[in-house]
Amino acid sequence: MTIRTELLDERAIARALVRMASEIVERCRGTEDLVLVGIQRRGVELAYRIKRLIDKVEHGNIPCGKLDITLYRDDLQTIGPRPVVGETRLPELDDKTVVIVDDVLYTGRTVRAALDECADFGRPRRVLLCVLVDRGGRELPIQADIIGTSVSTTEADRVDVFVSELDGRDVVELVRGAE
Amino acid sequence: MTPALGKDLVGLEPLSADQIRLLLDTAEPFKEVSERTIKKVPALRGKTIVNLFFEASTRTRISFEFAEKRLSADTVNVAASGSSVSKGETLVDTAKNLEAMRIDMVVIRHGSSGAAQFLGQRIASNVINAGDGKHEHPTQALLDLLTLRDRFGRIEGLKVAICGDVLHSRVARSNIWGLTKLGAEVGVCGPPTLLPRNIRDLGVTILPRIEDAIQWADALNILRLQLERMQSGFIPSLREYNRVFGVTSERLARAPKDLLILHPGPMNRGVEIDSDVADGPHSVILPQVTNGVAVRMAVLYLLAGGMPGPGQAAGGEER
Repeated sequence: MTIRTELLDERAIARALVRMASEIVERCRGTEDLVLVGIQRRGVELAYRIKRLIDKVEHGNIPCGKLDITLYRDDLQTIGPRPVVGETRLPELDDKTVVIVDDVLYTGRTVRAALDECADFGRPRRVLLCVLVDRGGRELPIQADIIGTSVSTTEADRVDVFVSELDGRDVVELVRGAE
Repeated sequence: MTPALGKDLVGLEPLSADQIRLLLDTAEPFKEVSERTIKKVPALRGKTIVNLFFEASTRTRISFEFAEKRLSADTVNVAASGSSVSKGETLVDTAKNLEAMRIDMVVIRHGSSGAAQFLGQRIASNVINAGDGKHEHPTQALLDLLTLRDRFGRIEGLKVAICGDVLHSRVARSNIWGLTKLGAEVGVCGPPTLLPRNIRDLGVTILPRIEDAIQWADALNILRLQLERMQSGFIPSLREYNRVFGVTSERLARAPKDLLILHPGPMNRGVEIDSDVADGPHSVILPQVTNGVAVRMAVLYLLAGGMPGPGQAAGGEER
């Protein structure tokens, strides 16, 4: 039996993103040399929303890229390739402060792959990790710097993030006993 | 879960339209990998791939090798000359010996039709056909399809004329299967001696004169006259072939619209295609070569995993 609980509704997501945007600017002491990189797919939408929030406040235009980590995964043999590999398009990363944006942080393997991929594109001065939901359960020594909300989960749970650009609505749900 | 493609890629004939579309869609992001400063992703790290080429090849072999290396696979090239094949070892023995060294995939080019399928049924490794006799050359057709789709935005409803030596051409056969499965109309044009007798059974239109093909088509795929496969008697002379069937700028000037020009290479300039057409503004012969690497990366990648992933349903759940 599965139970769906709402973790964040549309307004809560909007508030979290505003706070995350200002935290990014604060931690980077401005927007100079700042680059946002969203992880396909929903991380990309969140990254662009954060970019727009920062641009509005700081009157700037910070570079924002997208990253598909499918080809850098370490589990191709076990799950098989995902049929459609998304687009990777990154701005200059050398000597920048790169903020990797994703929707959910769980095992940390996606972030590990994203770090590897970024390293093939350049040498950022510093990399930060920004996630909307941290659900625990790490399998690698990776932690997020900027977090929308944290929730403790078990392996049987699932966190579903819906964004209006792709799913028509903004909501984060915790699905208990999703297996 | 059903395999995305199965174990081997022998040809386009056994594939469904959806499988062909999956291959083309998967090739899209791989184009960008070749544009990076570091042209390498770790997707096939640790895989060993043998390129077993029993026939001469420059483009296809190098293209496969680039595709393999850009996916981080380890590769070995075996050419028939200079290997035990020249001492009389059979194809299966060669492959079984390679397999005993723990390989994962074999890319094979062979002069006999059916060689890839024959091998695929006898070894556990994935087998990719890089051209077998007069049968199929699936990755060439896939790169042709990708190039057509890049330029026209679709395959469905396109009119593609395959011109020249259709009889000896595995490229023609793979193209006919791929194009018709994706809903294009295919015409073939060439001297009757160079058209297979039952070609109409494949659902193609016969265009007797090159002028007819130019009037009819949106794109011409001009085949190489395979001089090495012809004993004699197919055509009177190269000069006459060029005079009657050569694609020249004078002939193209009379076309009702600009035709896209494809050629699988290597070209016999001045025979099936004139230099000013090959180098002209509507030629996509070099983009075809670029797309070849992306398409081969997609084939290797999809065969290596064997299974399609779960659909990206709701949520950014990482697995």
